[in-house]
Amino acid sequence: MILSSTGGEIAITHGMKSVGEPSRLRPRAVLQFLGRAVRNGWFWAGVPLMALSFYALLVLLSWAPISMVIPSSALSYVVGTFGAKFILGEDVSTARWAGVILVCIGVALVAAG
Amino acid sequence: MPSERRLRIKTLVMVLAMVVCANAGDLLLKRGMMQIGAVELTVQGIAQAFRLTVTNATIWLAIFFLIGFMISYMTVLSWADYSYVMPAGAFGYAVLTFLAVIVLHESVSPRRWVGVVAICVGVLLVGQTKPRTTEVSSEAVVRCESS
Repeated sequence: MILSSTGGEIAITHGMKSVGEPSRLRPRAVLQFLGRAVRNGWFWAGVPLMALSFYALLVLLSWAPISMVIPSSALSYVVGTFGAKFILGEDVSTARWAGVILVCIGVALVAAG
Repeated sequence: MPSERRLRIKTLVMVLAMVVCANAGDLLLKRGMMQIGAVELTVQGIAQAFRLTVTNATIWLAIFFLIGFMISYMTVLSWADYSYVMPAGAFGYAVLTFLAVIVLHESVSPRRWVGVVAICVGVLLVGQTKPRTTEVSSEAVVRCESS
């Protein structure tokens, strides 16, 4: 579940980066941007992966209690950061790593209730 | 070339739009599905649920917000790092907890408050890093310059 959702989001990020940002944040420019995005192959690689992760979540919820599944999905923040660093080539500084780890712990605690 | 400060403000505004749209969409979807009631997992049950969902105004409002989320998410990822947007979006968990206390008067466990504090500190740490560390592809730059 974590791998498919992270994989899907990374594919979409890669697609959006190759599409390029809208020149201006006006409705017309954003619509043109969306038009270019849906013609990008990476976007369509990402969507089924995100759908797969949703399905995996449903299956997982039928096996394990929700109080365990949702907090452990917070691990996707760490997996996603590794993906961003090694696949997308983003420069993840120490401060950003510290922030991601705090967010991961925090989301697990909030989800655990 | 937009300045660092402008890029940061633009990114944070889009992340805020993302969080607001995602939370509003989820809450409205939950409310709409509660109006419809539990769905029976039979062919007739699902067909009945489908008819009820497409005619329910709350569900359509939820879909509107979720589309808004997807658009703002795609737009912000076109210029900002995934490793910046993803943790910054976790801010939504903290907002939901505050809403649960203020609007729904729910009681929140100390463990959850510790989680909210960890998220807020984490988001602040990520928020002060550079929103973009990679270059936009040359093809995209040419397109932007020509438009």
